[in-house]
Amino acid sequence: MSKEEHKLIEMKNITKKFGDFTANDNINLSVAKGEIHALLGENGAGKSTLMNVLYGLHMPTSGEIYIDGQLVNISNPNVAIKHGIGMVHQHFMLVDTFTVVENIILGLETMKGPVLDIKKAKKEVEEISKKYGLYVEPDSKVQDISVGMQQRVEILKALYRGADILILDEPTAVLTPQEIEELIEIIRALSEQGKTIIIITHKLKEIKAAADYCTIIRRGKKIDTVKVADVTENDLAEMMVGREVTFKVDKKEQKAGSTVLEIQNLRVKDNRKLDIVNNLNLEVKSGEILGIAGIDGNGQSELIEGITGLRKSENGSIKVHGMEIANKTPFEVINSGISTIPEDRQRRGLVLDYTIAENMILENYYKPEFSKGGKLKHKAIKEHAKKLIEKFDVRPDDPEYLAGGLSGGNQQKVIIAREIDNDPELLIAAQPTRGLDVGAIEFVHKYLVEQRDKGKAVLLISFELDEVMNLSDRIAVIYEGEIVAVMDAKDADENKLGLLMAGGGVSNGEEEK
Amino acid sequence: MEKKKNRFVMTVLSIILGLLFGAIALKVSGYSPIEAYKVIWLGIFEKPKYVVYTIIRATPIIITGISVAFAFRTGLFNIGAEGQFLVGSLAATLAGVYITFLPPVIHAVVCILVAALAAGIWGGIVGLLKAKRGVNEVISSIMLNWIALYLSNTMLTVSSFGFKRANSDSSHKILESAKINLFQNWKVSEAGRAALANNKLLKDVLTPPVNAGIIIAIVLAIVVWYILKHTTLGYQLKAVGYNKDAAEYAGIDIKKNITKSMFIAGAIAGIAGATQVLGVNHQISILGASEGYGFDGMAVALIAGNNPLATIPAGLLFGGLKYGGAKLNSSSLGAPSEIINIVIGVIVLFVAMPKLYDKIFSGIKKIMSKKDRGEQNV
Repeated sequence: MSKEEHKLIEMKNITKKFGDFTANDNINLSVAKGEIHALLGENGAGKSTLMNVLYGLHMPTSGEIYIDGQLVNISNPNVAIKHGIGMVHQHFMLVDTFTVVENIILGLETMKGPVLDIKKAKKEVEEISKKYGLYVEPDSKVQDISVGMQQRVEILKALYRGADILILDEPTAVLTPQEIEELIEIIRALSEQGKTIIIITHKLKEIKAAADYCTIIRRGKKIDTVKVADVTENDLAEMMVGREVTFKVDKKEQKAGSTVLEIQNLRVKDNRKLDIVNNLNLEVKSGEILGIAGIDGNGQSELIEGITGLRKSENGSIKVHGMEIANKTPFEVINSGISTIPEDRQRRGLVLDYTIAENMILENYYKPEFSKGGKLKHKAIKEHAKKLIEKFDVRPDDPEYLAGGLSGGNQQKVIIAREIDNDPELLIAAQPTRGLDVGAIEFVHKYLVEQRDKGKAVLLISFELDEVMNLSDRIAVIYEGEIVAVMDAKDADENKLGLLMAGGGVSNGEEEK
Repeated sequence: MEKKKNRFVMTVLSIILGLLFGAIALKVSGYSPIEAYKVIWLGIFEKPKYVVYTIIRATPIIITGISVAFAFRTGLFNIGAEGQFLVGSLAATLAGVYITFLPPVIHAVVCILVAALAAGIWGGIVGLLKAKRGVNEVISSIMLNWIALYLSNTMLTVSSFGFKRANSDSSHKILESAKINLFQNWKVSEAGRAALANNKLLKDVLTPPVNAGIIIAIVLAIVVWYILKHTTLGYQLKAVGYNKDAAEYAGIDIKKNITKSMFIAGAIAGIAGATQVLGVNHQISILGASEGYGFDGMAVALIAGNNPLATIPAGLLFGGLKYGGAKLNSSSLGAPSEIINIVIGVIVLFVAMPKLYDKIFSGIKKIMSKKDRGEQNV
């Protein structure tokens, strides 16, 4: 194939060190024009670092980069853009209060004399948008559009700057299943138009669905580059983690016990003061995992905040073992036996400027194990952290390491270690595997099932339908703030749940829509 | 460790840059920088008493620096140290004048506690407003700074309060028992005079109003450092400061902690005011404008990287520059002492730009490594 002979991107022997830590160890990567190339690796494996080198955010410690056969020195993103490289980061870099067009042209404004020619800019944006099938609303403010559209804005931004090579960093982490499908189609269309695409990901399904080639990186080293059509998901997972991986959750038959959490007619308002949780009823029993399936934005976040005391409950009741906890403070809720793995681990779950050890005691610092007369017992805190680090395999295994420096998976391990160590009656796990790689997901699932097997109650909220179906004993579907159906996991299938999640198939006499 | 070392190097570099910019400003205005810096240097170190004056000058700004640094570590910007200082001064003076039945030392301690309480409440109001109503602490504390100034002035201008001393712009002097000066009685006693007559150095040292302020400052710095590092209180406060969402989620009452933090910061700034009254001025006077002890404290905290222990050297540096710099005017050189404000301003500016140093350092590294590789890629 002529494609093979003329590689567009060649990264040769790239090594990147941060102090003593080698993030990239002599990595070679070549990508042909028009190819969709996936970079696969666990969190912290070094795939983002490699792409940051290509995009000029990091300078390699050694190694060379060739674009179209030319040796280049990409010292900053501006140089990268000049060479036709564009990058869409995992966390979008958009100005929320600007419109879509304003965001896209930011820094490259089309001028009519001294004034901004927004009309012309809008036309240009619409042209590109049409050409690549990237539908956006040019005049809407970014804060008002969906996450999927925000991502399309980011892609347009890169294309507007003349990008021929697009790097997408974990593009599907924030998307709903439907949006993921749309994205894959967009990527395909872009590649057909001659764009070269590199996707950083750890989701095997998407690699199989979208990519031509896949390069696997493990602990900073390149393992292999394979043709995606020739390998199975299991092969990829094994190469990524370095051992065999099971996708099926191993779960014994178990009878659920007494009711632990009972929610009745709960109503919670969102930030806009609209009822987002509406007359919600739910029951979680001991020894079961109850999974809540639903599309993002149907009141899941507010439900958790309502239970944990972070948000006011307008009416209704929340009982733990018969004790009312609605509108109690978070402190009281925790002490009633509820632990939570929060949805947003960096915002709610961790103090990133604290060490692992300090984070491990976030809810318990005042207890006699860790302090006496208001004085912290540093030694006991460290020992405690060491114990949990070992048990939960947190890396690096240094209690004094700052939480902010950990990879996503290890941050999650710290949180899970802390919450499970509380030995809660009810564990709420809100999107516990978001953004994690298969190895870490396996780990999280193992501990959720372990809680259940110990006879504790687990409430799982996830946007990943597979996860809900694999883990749960019972599944509740949430739609517009209401539980519209509860069923045994054995009776659930993707179609049935998907329909309910989209608001269909509810036939309880109410005629809406 | 590495980070701390970098921080230290950075601060020293900033100080050098500050002095350099000051030198340029002097040169441009037609003065010899070397002569000017000599005046400042001798102004601080020529005589032992100058050193003592420097310490006395530095004491209040070390303490306000601790106040600002403490608040900052807990996620709050205490721009209100100025007003808290004034309230502390006022409270200490009132307690020093009107509490008449206490013996020495105890009276002084009571004055300091009263000042800390009053200024603590002053700061606490800011915290409470932020916690309950979401009022930005910068706005409310600036407003309270002015209220403090006029409260103090009003106390002194309305003669029916009887607080003002007749035929002066000042309050009554505080009682002897409230003063925290050291060796002042001994200095004028028979034995003291005899001893000092033979010891020139000691006499020189005791000329300024030597007082326990600096000891209080050092103790405060250590206490605040200890609270932040070793107590559950510090743990909570810092958790709220670093990430209040995570703290809230973990069951820490963030509203209470914000109020607590501002109370403590206020109390510390109030103690600064108290030491100034009890050790140096022994009274308060009508002020046209704030004296800037609180604002200087912000600069001190910045130079100290918000480390309470580091406020001591930072405050001494600042105090020295201010005290020594003031002598530029009166020296034969006749250079404007405002030059010192340029120096301090530049130091603060560079300390506040850590990223700049990263750039400089990595730039130097790059040039070095390019040389090593013999310019293989341009």
